[in-house]
Amino acid sequence: MENKNNVLNIENLSVEFHVDGEIAKSVTDVNIHLAEGTTLGLVGETGAGKTTTALAALNLIQCPPGVIKADKVEVCGNDMLTLKQHELEHVRGKDISMIFQDPMTSLNPVFDVGTQIQESILLHEKLSKEEAWEKAMEMLELVGIPRERGHEYPHQFSGGMKQRVVIAIALACTPKILIADEPTTALDVTIQAQVLEMMKDLRDKYGTAMIMITHDLGIVAESCDYVAVMYAGRIIEYGTLDEIFNNTRHPYTEGLFNSLPNINNRVGKLKPIPGMMPDPRAIPEGCAFADRCPYATENCTKKVPETLKVNDDHTVACSRYNEPDFMIERSKAK
Amino acid sequence: MSEALLEVKNLQKYFSTPCGMLHAVDNVSFTIEKGKTLGVVGESGCGKTTCGRTILRLTEPTGGQVLFEGKDVSKFKGRELAHLRRDMQIIFQDPFSSLDPRMSISQIIAEPIKYNKLLHSKADIDARVLELMDTVGLSRRMVNSYPHELDGGRRQRVGIARALALNPKFIVCDEPVSALDVSIQAQILNLLDELQDDLGLTYMFITHDLAVVNHFADDIAVMYLGQLVEKAPAEELFENPLHPYTKALLSAIPVPDTHAKNKRIVLKGEITSPINPGNECRFAKRCLYADECCHSSSPELVEVKPGHFVACHHCGIANE
Repeated sequence: MENKNNVLNIENLSVEFHVDGEIAKSVTDVNIHLAEGTTLGLVGETGAGKTTTALAALNLIQCPPGVIKADKVEVCGNDMLTLKQHELEHVRGKDISMIFQDPMTSLNPVFDVGTQIQESILLHEKLSKEEAWEKAMEMLELVGIPRERGHEYPHQFSGGMKQRVVIAIALACTPKILIADEPTTALDVTIQAQVLEMMKDLRDKYGTAMIMITHDLGIVAESCDYVAVMYAGRIIEYGTLDEIFNNTRHPYTEGLFNSLPNINNRVGKLKPIPGMMPDPRAIPEGCAFADRCPYATENCTKKVPETLKVNDDHTVACSRYNEPDFMIERSKAK
Repeated sequence: MSEALLEVKNLQKYFSTPCGMLHAVDNVSFTIEKGKTLGVVGESGCGKTTCGRTILRLTEPTGGQVLFEGKDVSKFKGRELAHLRRDMQIIFQDPFSSLDPRMSISQIIAEPIKYNKLLHSKADIDARVLELMDTVGLSRRMVNSYPHELDGGRRQRVGIARALALNPKFIVCDEPVSALDVSIQAQILNLLDELQDDLGLTYMFITHDLAVVNHFADDIAVMYLGQLVEKAPAEELFENPLHPYTKALLSAIPVPDTHAKNKRIVLKGEITSPINPGNECRFAKRCLYADECCHSSSPELVEVKPGHFVACHHCGIANE
């Protein structure tokens, strides 16, 4: 998947937090390659390491207590781990931007929204204040908010509009990569539909590559080209949207699908995944999912599963994948 | 036809704000039959939670009637009200703020039992607490843990155990799973489902996630800005939604299937303010089919098919 057009290359990224003499392994051996104009969905439960991976890509993890180890974290040719602070500030916001989960808290309550968009433009582009303001107003209109409201403050906007303002800030300098951390979790479904639709339009318009962090597989099905499923800090299945949804290989991914209430199918009980994700401070030996996995054998608890290739577009980290007769239920049905 | 456990008639709850009267719940009427589940759906701020709380009299209604087993709840006072609360309980949305951080799990679950003097000896109470913990699937070793030691799913189980402690007949579930991860969400939904079968509970299930109620509810009521805009049996509502808002809501749900290509109705415009709303259809500003009639008079909730109620001037047109 290494490619010249890649705007983001993450190789063997591990992030640990050293707190009170304990080590919490948040992210372990994660590889992500993102080509221009594509969208990757990063899926998993709370605490799977999705947000930490994204923050590491921006080198936004506080060290200490964080410790980042990686062969490569490269954003548009910039090695994020060796850049100095002022160089980083140049990359963040210009080449790579992030939309945070909660629109209510990611805006500054004491500045009007226009100023907050203008700030990012002034930092990265050689424009006068007036020009930057003009551009800020254009961004505001782009996300569907009339420019007259540029002088209003965050508390005067609804949740959906605030999220659109945050998106306007993130996109103000047309970054090559946009990381959206659960951009619509705090929003209602109808507003969520508006925001997703808008992000899709913007991607088509500017060719922005996106990482969409979410636990909603419905959103993934609608907006992503590739999917990476994370569990306990590792990517356990990675592939194109079609492969992950229609040729599922990992028991955990299957479990995620089974626990979703399906709108088209009322019959039957939900099949939740029993138990919960292991504590990052005490990740069990072998496969971290083994004690929740219906297919686990004794072998699974001994060795961390290698990442195996299903085909060119699909990898899976499951020890049992290579067994000749092994097939998870979901794939049998297909 | 089984008997109605709860009957709500023209329930109103207005809040007075500096800008005027906020109509949080406006003339809402419905009935829930014994052992059934009513799903109440709508976006945030549409009054679903206020509606649930008003029924339990956690907030006082401005007008209207709530009949529980034929008795008017809104007239209850003092001891009568305390007795009523034994039969009507609530599970709150946020398992992180609805448990007292300074009480252990056993204390939290035992509190309603002690308050209502259902059991007297310590041994009886302890036994009942453990029994409840088994019922909701909490392992017994957590009996002396504190809420901060538990994750969201377990905390929500504590909330459910507390609600069950008094053997209620009716439970308002206020977004019990929206703060939880999908895999945990399914565990809790299954638990609520089993409890309903075992204990014959009646639920009012408040949520903004239509997929969840579809799985769970017998009837679904859709609220918009304090009013009921559509109510129908779950299957009927999903197959044959009549109100334009319900349609938009249904189409907005992201479906986790790469083959599903549904046409999405993206709503335009902003939500009408619930403060001093005029005499118009409250959805008119965002509605695709709105005309003069919608802006000049508020539609009544009418029964278009047996069991299927809609409040829209144009539900005929919208379906062509």
